[in-house]
This record gives sequence, structure tokens and C-alpha cells, in this order.
Amino acid sequence: MTTATDSPVRTDDPGQNSGGPFALSHLDALEAESVHIFREVAGEFERPVILFSGGKDSIVMLHLALKAFAPAPVPFSLLHVDTGHNFPEVIAYRDRVAAEHNLRLHVAHVQDFIDDGRLRERPDGTRNPLQTVPLLDAIESNRFDAVFGGGRRDEEKARAKERVFSLRDEFGAWDPRRQRPELWSLYNGRHAVGEHVRVFPLSNWTELDVWQYIEREGIELPEIYYAHERDVFARSGMWLTAGEWGGPKDNEPVERRLIRYRTVGDMSCTGAVDSDATTIQAVIAEIAASRLTERGATRADDKLSEAAMEDRKREGYF
Amino acid sequence: MSTTIETTATSLLRFATAGSVDDGKSTLVGRLLHDSKSVLADQLEAVEHASRNRGQETPDLALLTDGLRAEREQGITIDVAYRYFATPRRRFILADTPGHVQYTRNMVTGASTAELAVVLVDARNGVVEQTRRHAAVAALLRVPHVVLAVNKMDLVDYAEPVFAAIAAEFTAYAASLGVKDVLAVPISALAGDNVVEPSAHMDWYGGPTLLEHLETVPVGSDPSAEPARFPVQYVIRPQTEEHPDYRGYAGQLASGVLRVGDPVTVLPSGLTTTVAGIDALGRSTDIAWAPQSVTVRLTDDLDISRGDLLAAGPAPAPTKDIEATVSHLNERPLRAGDKVLLKHTTRTVRALVKEISYRIALPTKPGDTLEQRSGAEGLNVNDIGHVVLRTAEPLALDTYSANRRTGSFLLIDPADGTTLTAGMAGEAFETVRTTDAPDAPQEEDWV
Ligand SMILES: Nc1nc2c(ncn2[C@@H]2O[C@H](COP(=O)(O)OP(=O)(O)OP(=O)(O)O)[C@@H](O)[C@H]2O)c(=O)[nH]1
Ligand SMILES: [Mg+2]
Repeated sequence: MTTATDSPVRTDDPGQNSGGPFALSHLDALEAESVHIFREVAGEFERPVILFSGGKDSIVMLHLALKAFAPAPVPFSLLHVDTGHNFPEVIAYRDRVAAEHNLRLHVAHVQDFIDDGRLRERPDGTRNPLQTVPLLDAIESNRFDAVFGGGRRDEEKARAKERVFSLRDEFGAWDPRRQRPELWSLYNGRHAVGEHVRVFPLSNWTELDVWQYIEREGIELPEIYYAHERDVFARSGMWLTAGEWGGPKDNEPVERRLIRYRTVGDMSCTGAVDSDATTIQAVIAEIAASRLTERGATRADDKLSEAAMEDRKREGYF
Repeated sequence: MSTTIETTATSLLRFATAGSVDDGKSTLVGRLLHDSKSVLADQLEAVEHASRNRGQETPDLALLTDGLRAEREQGITIDVAYRYFATPRRRFILADTPGHVQYTRNMVTGASTAELAVVLVDARNGVVEQTRRHAAVAALLRVPHVVLAVNKMDLVDYAEPVFAAIAAEFTAYAASLGVKDVLAVPISALAGDNVVEPSAHMDWYGGPTLLEHLETVPVGSDPSAEPARFPVQYVIRPQTEEHPDYRGYAGQLASGVLRVGDPVTVLPSGLTTTVAGIDALGRSTDIAWAPQSVTVRLTDDLDISRGDLLAAGPAPAPTKDIEATVSHLNERPLRAGDKVLLKHTTRTVRALVKEISYRIALPTKPGDTLEQRSGAEGLNVNDIGHVVLRTAEPLALDTYSANRRTGSFLLIDPADGTTLTAGMAGEAFETVRTTDAPDAPQEEDWV
């Protein structure tokens, strides 16, 4: 770059001009903080792993990790808990990206646990809560000591309470009343054998920040995040994809609609939203104008009870 | 998120609430989010539903942030909640902290990264012990801006004299802590007066609403006015065919500006070298400034690893003897003779607590100042005090007053990894009375 030293403002980012010559745009500030977190983990842990689902938050996490260690490769492997009800487009994306960056991908299959009796299918067919056991099993058997999650504090009121470095006991459990103080940017990752630390580099990002960053960085996403036609049916006030996972039931008529996914998870509980946003700019405009939160619009599992997320997190969920 | 967000909005203010239990912090946060149209329909619906279940007629806005089961059951905040909102003028990261004395450590967590603290006071009760404690913590952490929000004005008939008396007492106390400018705002978090909209009940108040102030208070420091500090986090050595000889030092600038060609000192070794190149997350550049995360290449092949500090400008002299003001965060007392781990920037070393020089006693009535109590046997949870430490290896510390990032550290229990104490190198308060009253076990001890 040929910027003169007396005017260090990057011309490629018009958002920087309002706060003096050394201002950082909010995206640059968030990026710098996340990269710092990745490097702290690389410096202090033996066996870190990135939870990589092929969803937008985990894609942004991986993108940040790639930038944090460039031109060297990312010093972590990837872990995905496959519910068996994942979107095929997302699984294809996951495999392509892992191969492209030469990263080791561990996959824990919920189906294996159902097959050998360690887990039982739920009456409602959703497999989202079933992910915790395979996740903890993978962490234990691979002796992962730091596990990066893409959780953001703006997603949910229990997540809003969690530290960036979140200690899990030997049962993988989170105790919200016994969180360590976390001051400045000094992260304490010390843990006993058998314990691990969940690390949330995107803690301070909002959904809109994630999308704006995806636009700025030109990051490719699985196509289901953009508007497309799909066979869907209505359940619990949201559009679910018709498929082998157990939907629709007889009284649930299937129709073809123009939709997109705002979050990506288990097909049985991730709803699509009506949308004609086929470009990243259109998606950003749609989110900025939305009167519903991302989880409120798309997740059946969080409507179960007031403290559904806290309860799942206590047991070791993402 | 409001529909009026400009996608180019840039400046970011991190702020925290503070003040005694039930003074209305979470209600204020809920009001701020609600009236700035940052609460989405499903969130509001959930709060209305939860409020009805609790037999309340109007939605309890505190439920927007009191997200833990135990918090909702007890109607208090236990741990910090972080919330995010934006107005056309600014983006905000807000930490709603607990007022209960038992959870002071969580308030310390929330305030440590804040650039502004909103200290709430219940207009009926005025400044109480916990108000003084939180104000002292905010001053200790050097939160640059403090706002006093005199809340529940609806319960005192919106009377100016009530507000004026509290504002005068608090401002005098804050000045004794070294906090120079305090803005006092009379509000009702419940009714919304002077939070986002100006109050119709308090004509006598001519100042800004709380949100107006949050939107316009100057933030950020000027990196060009500070010496550069770059703690090395990680050494990047790809050793690939494409980059066989690349060696870069990854880190985040803690302060200042680094340019290609700048001479730098490597601490604690004291060796000097020159910045050969800067890679800003994959893109080569010739200048970087705090708080950017970058990778620095140097002209000389020196032995540098995680924990070293690259410094330009006046560099701190590495030392094994540290004097610091500390805030003790754990139920286990901190005593002279304790062996701990000290985490400073990217370096963790063994350390010995040589001496608890004194505990700082907070004033208990208007007009009193902070007082040193020497001869303290140890520091109990929530105590603020002054200690002398000896480390196994030299550290390059700035004073906390000069640099929040390179002047701060944690003490950690080597046995189980618990975070024990937050440390700030140097003297925190210039105004502590040095009468050296002996430390008797205190009834008003912070437990
Ligand atoms: N009348 C009146 N009541 C208020 C006002 N603000 C808060 N309250 C009430 O005061 C009580 C405590 O409010 P919270 O917001 O939970 O207090 P807090 O400061 O967050 O408490 P902790 O987080 O536990 O320290 C609730 O019953 C509120 O409804 C106000 O402006 N006027
Ligand atoms: Mg509260």
C-alpha cells in the first residue's frame, strides 16, 4: 500500500473518515478484537478446534482465523456435529471449504449415537438438542482443550451473559453463576485436565455486523442464504423444508415459495423466511429493516421455554 | 436494530451501568433499548409474556437484559449482560452490571472495557455505600467518562432540590476520586423521562437526555499521542514453499502507531531493531495503529517469542518488583507470602505477594475521603488495596494511568486457574489520605 504516512486513512473504506486520522471503522475494530482472540488461543492451548457447521457465523470465524495466521495455515482443525438432518448444500460447502484450505475436518454423527442406543430420537423429530452428547464425546475423545464457537451475545439473552473464554467442567457444563471475571482483553484460559474452554471470537458482533463483513470481504456462503424457490410447509409459524427428516405430516400441505434461510441448522427446527433477497446488498437491507430477531424468526427450539437456551448451554451445548 | 442504521456508522462507544442494587440499572437499559427502537417485536413479545406470567401489568423492561433463570426468579442482576444497539449517530456496546455487593466482580468485568459509566442512584435513597464503591471501581479502572443518573424522579415528584443535593454530593465525591467531569441527569427509567426523550415533568433541567449525551461524548484516544506498544502474541512461520523464510510477529497494538522503518526495542531483552514490514491481516501496509491486529516483520533475526513486547518511544524499564493497586475478586483472601501467577499482556510469570501495603477504606459519609489502612492481614473479596509483588522474570509494565493495556495484569491461582485479583501498576488515587490508620477488622467490610 502506498498511503502517505501523514494520512493513514484507508481509502478503500469510506466508513473511516468520521473519527480523525486514526479512527477504525466498527468492522475493523471487531475484526481486530476477534483476531486477537484467535491468536491468544493459538499461543496458549495445545489442541484447539473450530466448530464449523457451514453456517454464516462459523464461516466468518474461519475467515478471521485464515486472516489471523496468514501467510501460514490455520493451526486448528474443524469439528462439525452432523445431525443427519443438515442441508445438503451446507454439507457440500463444508467439505469444499475444508479441502480448499487443507484443514482436518472431524465430523461427529448424531445418527451413530442413535444407532448404537446412546441417544434416542425425540417424539417431535428435532435433533437439535441431541447434538450435545456427540459434541462432548468428540471433545473428550480428541482431547480438544479450546473449542471455538460462533455464538454471538446479540443472539439470545443467555448468550448475552457469557464470557469470551468460557470454562467448561469435566462434564462440559456451563455454570453461569461461577463465571470467571474477565477484565480488559486479558483472557484466562487455564483449566484442569478434562476441562475445556469454549471461546467465542464473535461475542461482540451483531447479525448485521456479520452480514456487512461478509459483504466487505466478499465471502462466499452456501446458496440457501439467498432467495430461492423451495418446497416448504408451515409448522409453528415458520416455513420448514420438506424432506426425509420427518416432515411434513399429512395435514401439512407443501407449497413452493420464494424463501431464504437467515440461520442454518438442523432442518427439523430451522425455519426459512419469505424473501426475494438474491444479493448480499438485498439481504443487508432486509435484515436492517426486520422487526424480528434472527432466532425469533427461524428457530423453533428456542420457543420451547423462557430459559431453553440457558438450559441447553448448561448441559454443554454450543 | 433500528431501520435507520446507516451502514457506515463508525464510532463505537462501550459503556457500562453501575450503582446499587435495585436503583434501576436494568430498567434503564431496557428503556434505552426500547425508546431507541432497538428492541425487536419478538423480544418485546417475550418480555410482555414473561411479565404477565409474573403478574405485572406493564412489561418489566429489566427482563430484556436479566436473561438468566436465577435473575428472572429473583428480580436482580447477577452477571453482566452485553447488549448492542445503534442510532444514526453511533454504535453502542453496553454492559449492564449487577448492583449486589456479592457480584461486584462482575461489575468490575463490565467496567474494565467501558469508556463511560452510568452510575445510577435512587432519588429516594441518595448516594449509598454501594454507589461509592462502584464509583471508586470506575475511577480505579480509569473509565474516562462518568454520568450520574438520578433515577426514580417520579417517586420524588420530580423535585429539583432532591436532584441538586444528590448531584452535589456525588460530584464532590467523584472529584475526590480524581474523576473530573461528571454529568448529572435526572431521569425516570420506568417512565422514560430524560432517557431518550426530554422529560415533560422537569422543565428546570436544561441539559441533554442520557442518550443525547451518549451519542456525543468524545470517544477514543489519539494513537499518535502515545508511544507504540506491541505485545507479541504468536510467531508466524509458514515454512512453506511459497514462504520459506517468512517470520512475522503477530499481535494487536496496545497503543500508539508503528511505521515501517521505526526503530523498536524488544522487551524485556532490551535489544533494538527496526520494523521491516507490516502485514495487516494478509495485506501489506506501511503504518498500523492501536487497536489494529497486525503482523510485524523486523530487520534483524532476534530471539523473540510470545510474551515479548515491541516498544517504540520511551520504553518502560523491565522490572521484577511491581507496586500496584489491586481489586481483589475472589473469596479466598490475598495475603503476603502467596505464590501466584501473574498474567500481563501475553506473558504469564510466577509471582510472590511480598507485601499488602494497605487496604483502601471507602468513605461512609458525605465529606469523607478515601483512607489508607495499613497493616491489613490480607485483602478480602471486593477489597481495593495496594500491594508489592516480586516476579520470577522481568516484566515491561507501563503504569496503568499511562496505558490501560500494558499497565494491567491479573493474578491467577496456580492450583486451579481461578482469577484472583485485577492489578493496575502504580498508584490509582492521588487523593488517598495517608493518615495510616491501622486496619481493624471492618464491619463495613466488603463481603
Ligand atoms: N418508580 C420507579 N421505579 C423504578 C424506576 N426504575 C426502576 N424502577 C423499579 O426498581 C426496581 C429495580 O429495578 P432494576 O432495573 O431491576 O434494578 P437494578 O439496578 O438493575 O438492580 P440490580 O441489577 O439487581 O442491581 C424494579 O421494580 C423497577 O421497576 C423508576 O424510574 N421509577
Ligand atoms: Mg439489573
